[in-house]
Amino acid sequence: MSIINNINKVFDHRIRLGIMSILMVNEYADFNMLKELLGATDGNLASHTKALEKADYISVEKQFIGRKPNTRYATTKLGRAEFNKHIDALEKLINNQ
Amino acid sequence: MESKNYLQDISDIKTMMHKSSRFLSISGLSGILAGIYALIGAFLGYKIIYANNIISVNGYRTLVLTQERMFEIFFIALAVVLLSLITGVALSYMKAKKQSESLWDATSKRLVINFLIPLATGGFFILFLIEKEVYAFVAPLTLVFYGLACVNASKYTLGYIRYLGITMIVIGLLSVYFLGYGLFFWALGFGVCHIIYGGIMHFKYDRIQD
Repeated sequence: MSIINNINKVFDHRIRLGIMSILMVNEYADFNMLKELLGATDGNLASHTKALEKADYISVEKQFIGRKPNTRYATTKLGRAEFNKHIDALEKLINNQ
Repeated sequence: MESKNYLQDISDIKTMMHKSSRFLSISGLSGILAGIYALIGAFLGYKIIYANNIISVNGYRTLVLTQERMFEIFFIALAVVLLSLITGVALSYMKAKKQSESLWDATSKRLVINFLIPLATGGFFILFLIEKEVYAFVAPLTLVFYGLACVNASKYTLGYIRYLGITMIVIGLLSVYFLGYGLFFWALGFGVCHIIYGGIMHFKYDRIQD
C-alpha cells in the first residue's frame, strides 16, 4: 500500500501537525507565537520543533530583538513537500473509507 | 477508529492554518454601529451644507461654504471616524477575550498594516486635494481608498471584508460619475453598506461563538 507509505511518522503528533500548519501559511513564526497558538508548554514545544528541525523540515533562526533572544521558525522546501504529501495521504485514506 | 483520527488531523490542520494567518476576532456588530454613526454624521453634514447655503446664480444651484462650516463638517467627519475606531477596537477586544485570543498579535498587526497602506495613501491624497481646494473628489476618493484598504486587508481577516471593499469601490466610482451627489453616495457606502455587511458578519461569525 503506497498510501500508507506516504503517512509521515514525523508528523504523527498533534503539536507537530500544528507547527507545520502554522508555518505553511506564514512566512515564519517565532517560539512565542507557536506557543500561544498551540497552547503547549515550553519544553514540549521545544522537543517537537527539535524533531522537525532534525528531519530538515523546518529551519531555525536565532536572533536578538533588543536584548531578548528570539527564535524564528520557517519551513524548508523539503518540509513543505513532505507535509503536502502527508496531507494528500490523509485525504486519500479518508476518501477510501 | 483510525479514520476518525485522520479526519480530526485534517480538521486540526485547517483550523490552525486559518487561525494563525487571519485575525478572526473582528466584530460584525462594530460594522453596524460604524454604519449608524456614518448615517448620523451624513445627516448632520447634509443639514449644515444644504440648510441655507444654496443660492441661485444665473439659474445654477451654487453652494456657498464658509470656513466655519468647513470646520464643522471636518469635525463631524473626525468624530465619526474616531467613534467607529473606538467601537471597533473595543468590540473586537471583547470578542477576542471571549475566544481567549489576544487582540494584538502577529495576525492583527499584519491586518492593521495592510489595511493602513491604501488607507493612509488615500488620506494624504485627499488632504493634498483639500489643500489645493479641489473638493469635488473628496467623497468619492474616501470611498475608493477605503474599499481598496478593505480588499487588501481581507487576506488577513474574515473573507467577507473583501465584498464590502469591492462594493465600496463600485459606489466610489459611481459617485465620481454622478459628481455632486458625494454625500448621498458617502451615506450609502459608509452608512448602509457597513450596516448590511456588519449585519451579515455578525450573524455569520459573532453568534457562533456564543
